[in-house]
Amino acid sequence: MGVGRGGVGGGGGEAAVRKRWRVKVRLSTAAVVVWVLASAALWAGLHWRFRRAALHKAEEGLVCMCEERARMLQDQFAVSVNHVHALAILVATFHYDKLPPALDQDTFAAYAARTSFERPLLSGVAYARRVVHADRENFERQQGWIIKTMKHEPSPVQDEYAPVIYSQETISYIEGLDVMSGEEDRENILRARATGKAVLTRPFRLMSNHLGVVLTFPVYLVDLPEDAKVEDRVAATAGYLGGAFDVESLVENLLRQLAGNQELVVNVYDATNHSNPLVMYGSEIPLGTPSPSHTCMLDFGDPIRKHHMICRYRNKPHVPWSAITTSSGVFIICMLVGYIVYAAWSRYDNVKEDCRKMEELKKRAEAADIAKSQFLATVSHEIRTPMNGVLGMLDMLLDTELKATQRDYAQTAQICGKALISLINEVLDRAKIEAGKLDLESVPFDLRSILDDVISLFSSKSREKGIELAVYVSEKVPEILLGDPGRFRQIITNLVGNSIKFTERGHVFVQVHLADHSNLAMEAKIEPVANGINGHKDEASAISTSISQNTLSGFEAADSRNNWENFKLLLSYETNEMPYESDSDKVTLVVSVEDTGIGIPLHAQCRAFTPFMQADSSTSRNYGGTGIGLSISKCLVEIMGGQINFVSRPLVGSTFTFTAVLQRCEKNAISDNKPVLLHPLPSSFKGLSALLVDKRPVRATVTKYHLQRLGIASEVVGTIELALSVLSGRNGSSLTSMGKKQPCMLLIESDSWGSQMDVSLHARLQEMQQNGRTHLLPKVFLLSAAESDKVKTIYSVDSVITKPLKASALAACLFQALGITQPSNENHNDSGSLHGRDGSGSLHGLLLGKNILVVDDNKVNLRVAAGTLKKYGAKVECLESGKDALTLLQVPHKFDLCLMDIQMPEMDGFEATRQIRAMEGKANEQADDGDDSGSESAPKTVKWHLPILAMTADVIQATHEECTKCGMDGYVSKPFEEKQLFQAVQKFLGASMSS
Amino acid sequence: MAAAPLREQLSALLSSMFSQGLVDEQFEQLQMLQDEGGTPGFVAEVVTLFCDDAERIIAEIATLLEQPIVSFDKVDAFVHQLKGSSASVGAQKVKFTCMQFRQFCQEKSRDGCLMALAVVRNEFYDLRNKFQTMLQLEQQIQAYDPKQQ
Repeated sequence: MGVGRGGVGGGGGEAAVRKRWRVKVRLSTAAVVVWVLASAALWAGLHWRFRRAALHKAEEGLVCMCEERARMLQDQFAVSVNHVHALAILVATFHYDKLPPALDQDTFAAYAARTSFERPLLSGVAYARRVVHADRENFERQQGWIIKTMKHEPSPVQDEYAPVIYSQETISYIEGLDVMSGEEDRENILRARATGKAVLTRPFRLMSNHLGVVLTFPVYLVDLPEDAKVEDRVAATAGYLGGAFDVESLVENLLRQLAGNQELVVNVYDATNHSNPLVMYGSEIPLGTPSPSHTCMLDFGDPIRKHHMICRYRNKPHVPWSAITTSSGVFIICMLVGYIVYAAWSRYDNVKEDCRKMEELKKRAEAADIAKSQFLATVSHEIRTPMNGVLGMLDMLLDTELKATQRDYAQTAQICGKALISLINEVLDRAKIEAGKLDLESVPFDLRSILDDVISLFSSKSREKGIELAVYVSEKVPEILLGDPGRFRQIITNLVGNSIKFTERGHVFVQVHLADHSNLAMEAKIEPVANGINGHKDEASAISTSISQNTLSGFEAADSRNNWENFKLLLSYETNEMPYESDSDKVTLVVSVEDTGIGIPLHAQCRAFTPFMQADSSTSRNYGGTGIGLSISKCLVEIMGGQINFVSRPLVGSTFTFTAVLQRCEKNAISDNKPVLLHPLPSSFKGLSALLVDKRPVRATVTKYHLQRLGIASEVVGTIELALSVLSGRNGSSLTSMGKKQPCMLLIESDSWGSQMDVSLHARLQEMQQNGRTHLLPKVFLLSAAESDKVKTIYSVDSVITKPLKASALAACLFQALGITQPSNENHNDSGSLHGRDGSGSLHGLLLGKNILVVDDNKVNLRVAAGTLKKYGAKVECLESGKDALTLLQVPHKFDLCLMDIQMPEMDGFEATRQIRAMEGKANEQADDGDDSGSESAPKTVKWHLPILAMTADVIQATHEECTKCGMDGYVSKPFEEKQLFQAVQKFLGASMSS
Repeated sequence: MAAAPLREQLSALLSSMFSQGLVDEQFEQLQMLQDEGGTPGFVAEVVTLFCDDAERIIAEIATLLEQPIVSFDKVDAFVHQLKGSSASVGAQKVKFTCMQFRQFCQEKSRDGCLMALAVVRNEFYDLRNKFQTMLQLEQQIQAYDPKQQ
């Protein structure tokens, strides 16, 4: 993308496109960046969330564990404290309430040791007695030792002392020591006796070098109430029970019992002094990073001392894998999705751009195509106009006295000009087809007569070249078909023209069959056909050669479908009742044109239907032509719903086959419907029979076909000898098909005519007659391709029928020879007459007895037109102006037809027609009114509409349109051309004739 | 049988007219019309009509062209008429020259028209001479052989 496009678009457009492109690039870059950022953010968010969740979970765990530990610690502490309390009561009970005291050191030690399981946290308990200074001496004496300080020195004088008198064995080393000498202990003692509750020291190093606290309980002499005053309590104090809590080992033990010990770092603090908490357990040194911690309050029963426990994880909680993997996965997915979207988008963009380009190119191409067609149409038209001048002038030049060379040059120029005109017409045709402007007619026509026309068109050429030209139409092909006769003829003319052009010897054979039969024959013969072709390529198979050479002229044809074997098969299908009698209106014809010409070179076969393509340049040099004809034929065939293809072998020949879909048409349905181009054949031969001598079965079939069209039954024999034997009745069995009727004609192919045959033939025929074996001497006809006059003198026959055969010519020849006079006044309307020329007879039939008005200001024209029309038996009246015509044509009048010149002084043909039509309209209205008033007896009056034909010298489209616009029914050229006149007149008089 | 040399003369004349291109198939048609249609004197009638008509038209055109301001439309109408007549009769050369004449009319070229008129006139006179000879011959033949159609 982004490549510079072809320069036609112009600089401005390109700049705009480039700018748009740049904007698009910038946009897409921005989109990519945004997308990547968004994905990264998503990744971060997800990661953070997972981390948070993990952290949260860890914290929860931490809280949970911390609480658990704190509670357990507190519980155990409380249990120990309670027990110490119980001990205090024990001491009070047994030491003071009893006289003499029931407790001594041994008892206490034993009891304490035995109940130490109740106080797992206390390394030992001891009881210190309160001794005031006044009692010191007494006490020392009584005990037998002196009070010592904690440093094992004899205690200095104090207000009071608290020497340990009973102690558990584990801490017996403190016996006799004044607890009050230790600062922590002293403070503890004072606080304890003031509150009457258990109090704790701040943590300090015990003698066991463990961190610990000392628990002190006061022992009162009397039971004090809860709300006793401090002085009373002090006064009532008898001593103190103390114990050392080895917090360190205690907590150690405790933690050991619990799960997750390793993960946690537990610190216990004495937080009495908030600003400086004292460590009771755990390392003082804070861990490197402040990891999340949880603080739990501990209540050890001492209201003044506050403790708490801080738990934290030993290791920094690691980021869970899932937080990384999941979010990374999501990130990757995002990237992929982004890429996919980007790729799809850019692809879509590309495709859209390409599509746009295509669209543009398509538009340009279409415009070019239209321009081409227009150009062709215009140019062709423009060329045609001056070419007409050139041709006219050349005509005139040729009419002047010229030297031989000059004449030659002028003639060449004329031929070239005519070729050019026909080429231009073809080009126009093609342009029309390409532009889709060619509409097919759908009129009834007689296929056979069209083929006859084509044949006669090429008859002189084929005679010149000595080529056998023949046509065969299957019996099953309906007589009248609906379709476009002109285009049909064009295709066939084209193919036949091509064939004749490229054929120097042999034949050109046109066949028409129904598609069903043809297909059937193909299927049946597919094997031999394949063999034939292959065999020929190898130049080896003699059998197939003989098969393929059994054709019309004896020359080998490219498509062995047309050899006799196959042809016979087709014929047999025709004669047998076929199951293919389809009810549908559609008739699919297969038309094949076979020749034995130079064929199409293999390399050129693929482009045979390409316009202006010939096999090679030498072809056009040798044979002329441009090669547009085939492409037009192809187009036409396709428009007709058929296909065209060919089989061709170089130096052997080509066979073009095309199919065409036409509609069936009932013969009786057409007469009142539309005019048909019919050249009815004479019917006077019906019932006659003929004997045909021909050694080539295909050719014989063609001849038979033409005879059959005239109603003549025929029998084929191979040689004249056989014919004679048939005639003489020696071989009577062969005559069964003719119903024992003697053939009145003997048709002999010229190549069956041996040397000196004529003499002997005549002799033998006469001999036969004399013998009475045959009562009728058959007329002898020779079928020959050469000019009839020449041949007739050479051979002694009754008549020579010149090839190519066509039914009408055959009929004319037979008339002459058999002496049958075609009754021209017999029944014109029915069969028409044969007046040598096809059209005139019908014209005669059409115009006989008709009243025709001719209007022309030119007397000469008037006279000639009248003379011509009279010739056809019409009654003619002549007028010299449009006004006169108006007066004469007042309704009712007797005229059947009016021919009107267009250019007339005073009132021209258009104006006159307009007024005549107006008059007729009025008359018709009156007639309608008359009908309404109830004159039922009167026959329904036909509406007045006089056919008016314009007579014009220049027959151009514009005039034609104007003619129809002002109410004319058509036009005829001036001077009359029989065919055209016939066609024009037939539309109007033909219908009335049949009614 | 004294008519025989005359007939030969007549057919020679006709064939020369055809070969020179003075007349075309249309004239042939007229003759056939006369022979087949059983209307004796048809050709003579038509030819005479044509000659009178043409002479009149040529005279008209000549006067028109002499006018100081030439109405080419009128001239064109006359030429068209002449062309029509000549086509009907089969006077090929006159017809062709008329076609040329009309071109000059459309170009409104007075010199061209005058030139064309001269050509038409020449052609016409040439043809008229031939026609007259032909008619005379026919009359003579008929005089010899009243049954001749």
